[in-house]
Amino acid sequence: MYRSHVLVCGGTGCNSSGSHHVIEKFTEEIAKAGLDKEVSVVQTGCHGLCALGPIVVIYPDGTYYTQISADDVPEIVQEHLLKGRPVERLMYDEENAGTEAKSLADTDFYKKQTRVALRNCGVINPEQIDEYIAVGGYEALGKVLTTMTPEQVIQEVLDSGLRGRGGAGFPTGMKWKLCAPNKADQKYVCCNADEGDPGAFMDRSVLEGDPHSVLEAMAIAGYAIGAHQGYIYVRAEYPIAIKRLRIAIKQAREMELLGKDIFGTGFDFDIDLRLGSGAFVCGEETALMTSIEGNRGEPRPRPPFPAVKGLFGKPTILNNVETYANIPEIINKGAAWFASMGTETSKGTKVFALGGKINNTGLVEIPMGTPLRTIIEDIGGGIPNGKKFKAVQTGGPSGGCIPASYIDIPVDYDHLKEISCIIGSGGMIVMDEDNCMVDIAKFFLEFTVDESCGKCTACRIGTRRMLEILDRITKGEGKIEDIDKLLELATYVQENSLCGLGQTAPNPIISTIKFFRDEYEAHILEKRCPAGVCKALLSYNIDPDKCKGCTLCARNCPVNAISGTVRQPHVIDHEKCIKCGQCMENCKFGAISRK
Amino acid sequence: MKSLEELKALREKMRAQVNMRENVGGEHTRVVVGMATCGIASGARPVLNRLSELVQEKDLTDKISVTQTGCIGLCQYEPIVEVLEPGKEKVTYIKMNPEKAEEVVEQHLIRGNVLGKYTLASAGI
Repeated sequence: MYRSHVLVCGGTGCNSSGSHHVIEKFTEEIAKAGLDKEVSVVQTGCHGLCALGPIVVIYPDGTYYTQISADDVPEIVQEHLLKGRPVERLMYDEENAGTEAKSLADTDFYKKQTRVALRNCGVINPEQIDEYIAVGGYEALGKVLTTMTPEQVIQEVLDSGLRGRGGAGFPTGMKWKLCAPNKADQKYVCCNADEGDPGAFMDRSVLEGDPHSVLEAMAIAGYAIGAHQGYIYVRAEYPIAIKRLRIAIKQAREMELLGKDIFGTGFDFDIDLRLGSGAFVCGEETALMTSIEGNRGEPRPRPPFPAVKGLFGKPTILNNVETYANIPEIINKGAAWFASMGTETSKGTKVFALGGKINNTGLVEIPMGTPLRTIIEDIGGGIPNGKKFKAVQTGGPSGGCIPASYIDIPVDYDHLKEISCIIGSGGMIVMDEDNCMVDIAKFFLEFTVDESCGKCTACRIGTRRMLEILDRITKGEGKIEDIDKLLELATYVQENSLCGLGQTAPNPIISTIKFFRDEYEAHILEKRCPAGVCKALLSYNIDPDKCKGCTLCARNCPVNAISGTVRQPHVIDHEKCIKCGQCMENCKFGAISRK
Repeated sequence: MKSLEELKALREKMRAQVNMRENVGGEHTRVVVGMATCGIASGARPVLNRLSELVQEKDLTDKISVTQTGCIGLCQYEPIVEVLEPGKEKVTYIKMNPEKAEEVVEQHLIRGNVLGKYTLASAGI
């Protein structure tokens, strides 16, 4: 029995900033101090505040340390673990709060969150099934198998109002209900862990921090629809998630929580992994199943829907990782509890990955319907460097942008739909006044052009033509009729693509034109990029009145585009200038301006 | 795993391992052990460990947390244990050892009877 637990985050974010060294060092230093019988070191999943990793939390007091390196460890062991004096200089210093927040629960970042899908992330060791069981793991499966009929399970999920967290927001219980009555010698339960939206990483964090919750939910789903085999389709770019899933499956099999005759009820269920090799389209359900079957990942028309004819031609359900992570809690605490959170049509909580121009980059889980302002200003800690909030892109390349004027919009499926935006998988890329919206639309289009599988002409060629037009506009070669042409093409691509990838690919263009048409017009008519991003439209100039002739700019220019003699105003040669901005950054007199 | 009972039994066994990690709220009783050089030298560590063990064994971690603190300036009375209950006056126990710590858990923390014979007041200051 230990008197203190040192929890070190082992999620991908913290791992890449060196948490594995921190864990090694803690183990070593604790042993050196003779505390190894008193203090245990636990590797956990993601805590959410990835920007400040590696994260270390020490219990029982819950002291919250951020950005810990192996060099800080001896001090923490000597001071905190031995003498009980928390090392204040390493403690989380919340923006605006002024003082170091002592405990995790006291921080604004955590106070406004409700963690359901992430309930065990950062709390338990994901590589120990014992710890999952200790927090009530597999009890929902036991309850379902011993006291409920499959119909009751489906009804419970239906009543909870849970909708798919992968993007489309289809009611989960309905999906199960449609599959259950279909007769077949074999049915399948699939988990979509092919998380591909740029900026979204909640599924990875669930798999890394709480893999058993997904296994348990899949077994529950198997019981509900009458399936005995599950597949998790996880992208190969998630090595830590894959490793922990493998460990979790092995441990669950050893404890007979997967396999034959689970809980002595005669119910058999097993799960295997399938690795995806980096095609965005494989996150689309029919393409994903085609890929599991061993074929090239391309979507196929629906109907027949997977519930009737899915994987290997058998009835199949496919849910997203985060959707599954909610299931055991719904069974344990009841549909009414889950439905008490959120809004009329969007129940429960949703995990968002905050990225871009925001102070607290990381993962947050909030009740559906929370105003965008709470997410950006309170939990996210606002925009860095006192810049102005401009917009947030939700749903990655399939979504749209919410401009600053809508900052009080409740974030749920239907409110976002009203302004032609989607929650999508939950990526939120925050943009400030320095982001050019035409450039953002171009960025997402580049992504979809790369990732279009090529099956449908509209998507394959349409996205490329749109990208060419955007490229033209950012270079100052656009024509005013390009805006209408973009919208026309967008409608065409939406209507003529088979799968979600093509149907949603034009969304970033449509929504940026809708809310930021003036920026498009500035690029086209005035040959000016208002945010100062599009290089072709920028020019750097030296104000001869302010220039002292210190030569610093000329010495820093990588292409020797600046000329002038000492103590005389310098001049930039616009033919040579590559617009890198080095001169402006280096000028001590503010003599260089960008237009 | 052949029955739900088996799972629940395992959960009971494993609970103590994780329930320390619940976030401490305002309604928590804090048991604080002086662990500065003076405290450690007079034997505070076995006291701290015993207190922590008992609180976990008796499944009290949802109400009570055991932590350390530095020197409070009464080095000659170490090991010192302070019990801080919400809404009550702080109780300071002096010259503790693991056996006395057991009594504190049984009598004070579980039954609510302050052990006057071990408090700072008993030393006449």
